Amino acid sequence: MRWTEFMRRRRSRSAGVPPAVWSMFRAPAAPRRGPILICICGAICIFAMLLSGAAPERHLSVYSVAANYSLPIVQHEGRNYICLLEVLEPLGKVSAKLEGPRWRLRYNNVEGDFQVGKTHARVQGRDADLTGKFYVENNRGLVPLTALASLLPRFLGGPVTVHDESGRLFIGSVATHFTAGLSFSAENAPRLIFHFTAPVNPTVATEPGALRMTFTREPVVAPASPTLTFGNKIIPSAIYSESNGTAVVTVNSSVPVIASFSNDRRTVMVSPVATQNATPPAPGTPEATAQPTPAPAAPAPVARRYFAVVDASHGGDDYGETLSSTLLEKDVTVALARSLRQELEARGIPTLVLRDSDANVPLDQRAAISNAYRAAIYIAVHAASSGHGVRVYTALLPFDGDDRGNFRAWNTAQHAALPLSQTTASAVAAELQRRQIPVRALTAPLRPLNNLVGPAIAVEVAPQGSDSSQLTAPDYQQLVTSAVATAIAATRDQLGAAQ
Amino acid sequence: MIPRHLLIAMAVLLVAVLGLSIYAWHMRGTAVSTPVASSDSRPLAPPVAGPTERVTLYIAHDDDGSLRAEAALIPMPSGRQQRAEELLRTLLSHYLDKSSPHPLGSGADIRSVFLVDPGVAVIDVNSAFADTHRSGVLVEDLTVASLIHTISTNTPGILKVKILVDGHERATLAGHADLSSFYDVTAVNQLATQLQPAQ
Repeated sequence: MRWTEFMRRRRSRSAGVPPAVWSMFRAPAAPRRGPILICICGAICIFAMLLSGAAPERHLSVYSVAANYSLPIVQHEGRNYICLLEVLEPLGKVSAKLEGPRWRLRYNNVEGDFQVGKTHARVQGRDADLTGKFYVENNRGLVPLTALASLLPRFLGGPVTVHDESGRLFIGSVATHFTAGLSFSAENAPRLIFHFTAPVNPTVATEPGALRMTFTREPVVAPASPTLTFGNKIIPSAIYSESNGTAVVTVNSSVPVIASFSNDRRTVMVSPVATQNATPPAPGTPEATAQPTPAPAAPAPVARRYFAVVDASHGGDDYGETLSSTLLEKDVTVALARSLRQELEARGIPTLVLRDSDANVPLDQRAAISNAYRAAIYIAVHAASSGHGVRVYTALLPFDGDDRGNFRAWNTAQHAALPLSQTTASAVAAELQRRQIPVRALTAPLRPLNNLVGPAIAVEVAPQGSDSSQLTAPDYQQLVTSAVATAIAATRDQLGAAQ
Repeated sequence: MIPRHLLIAMAVLLVAVLGLSIYAWHMRGTAVSTPVASSDSRPLAPPVAGPTERVTLYIAHDDDGSLRAEAALIPMPSGRQQRAEELLRTLLSHYLDKSSPHPLGSGADIRSVFLVDPGVAVIDVNSAFADTHRSGVLVEDLTVASLIHTISTNTPGILKVKILVDGHERATLAGHADLSSFYDVTAVNQLATQLQPAQ
């Protein structure tokens, strides 16, 4: 049907429509341009759909006593396939030979015979069901992922466990199990304690309402139920999930929480930021038992916004400087941070103390929390025995770190906020000087200053004389923190505008 | 019958042997009781051959937290990389001296310096350098600024510097100064300006 004919018919069906409206749909001068445009738009749509529908590359994570490694999963006729040679290669002596349609594999003393297009193979002379057709691609023999559960024990002589959906393969008894239980600190703050059977090193990410631990290298497996509920308003639940070769534990919370590690990284304690307690209870301590139940809805993110984040540097087994035979930097920084919070809140500035106890909080996590809460100012507190007075630092940015589009490089995330950080540091230095405290403003390669997207400074407090014990004197601490708080309050409008 | 002069000679020799034995015994006792003042576990560097050159070292001073320029005349090898190593070893010798204004721990040393074009320098220090380094933001800031400003001033063309410890990447020098990234020489030179002593 031609465009003019189509429009005429439409017009006849729509009596009463003003001619001015129909004039907008008048047939174009060149009748063939319409279909061409439609074709181009269609092509663009199909291309966009193909792009948006492109599945991310899938991986199989293999955990064994010999090695932990990751292999790409390939797709054939909508099924997941894996290269058998690559699975066995890190585990022993393996060789393969392609003879026409037959592919022979030898692993140590075990021989396998596969045929392209066949759904069965022979391993050590015995028939093996592959659950799908066998393929060869670039001399690599591909078997369905689901076949590994029956095929590998014949080659390896031991049990294997395959999680087909999530792409995880456990060879032998290598799984790391964990228990989770809620306990309470002396201040009645909840602490969720995870005990793992082996050391773990997850990537920890925080966001309002949740803390996520991602295990990419550890063979962590699910507890009895993937959803653990604790019947607590602050930390109501934790959810275990697996996907694309990784295990993820998500802790839901109604307040900002933080993860700290102890017991040779076998214990992870998740607790509210401001009420963390130093020592998690030893395994076996009575705790509220996790009860598997259906997953509850994630709690709403906390409405409260913090203007300032004060970070007591070091903590746990990171002592910082040994200031004297009885004084560690990590203890002084906590006292200074608490004093600074008090001074800031006395000036009406909502303040979050990142480490309010003797916990080891990774630097990345400190930056991630401050970034997640979009604090108007981040202040790291340090203490030193050398020099006199106070040093105020801003970030000395490293060389590397290229921003990609809207994504900022982690190492130089501070770049855009650096001028405001320097303005704040100058204001703090000026206020300290006004109170006759020796002060210097410098740059320093001090993490996590460079990882913060908002204004960030570090304050290093040294005694005014040579006596390090002055660092613990409440009068001196208050003198310094009140000056810092006054300067922050004075620059509040500038910082608030940037927030 | 033994001649008289032989008897006298034998007696004199006997007395001499006895005397020397007593003296040796005494010396041995003295040597044992004298404590060794200090032990320097640094590996011995081969003597440097080359013409003496004037270089500028930026030496950290803890008393006022400053970085001060000092001229030095040192024999410099011909290779660019060896020159950089020799330069930093000379700088380090100031810090290992008894009257050092910014003492470093015993055994601290520069293992090697690699200069990779375009504009990359890798300073590999030994583990004693980092393990015995005092902890603190300023004290570590001074060490890093001293090393990088000295090498970049005397070796033109360096844009970024990486510090390794025993050939491996380390998170921090002694708990504060970040060693995980490449230092931007321009930024460190600005820091060196901030660290200049007050007039």
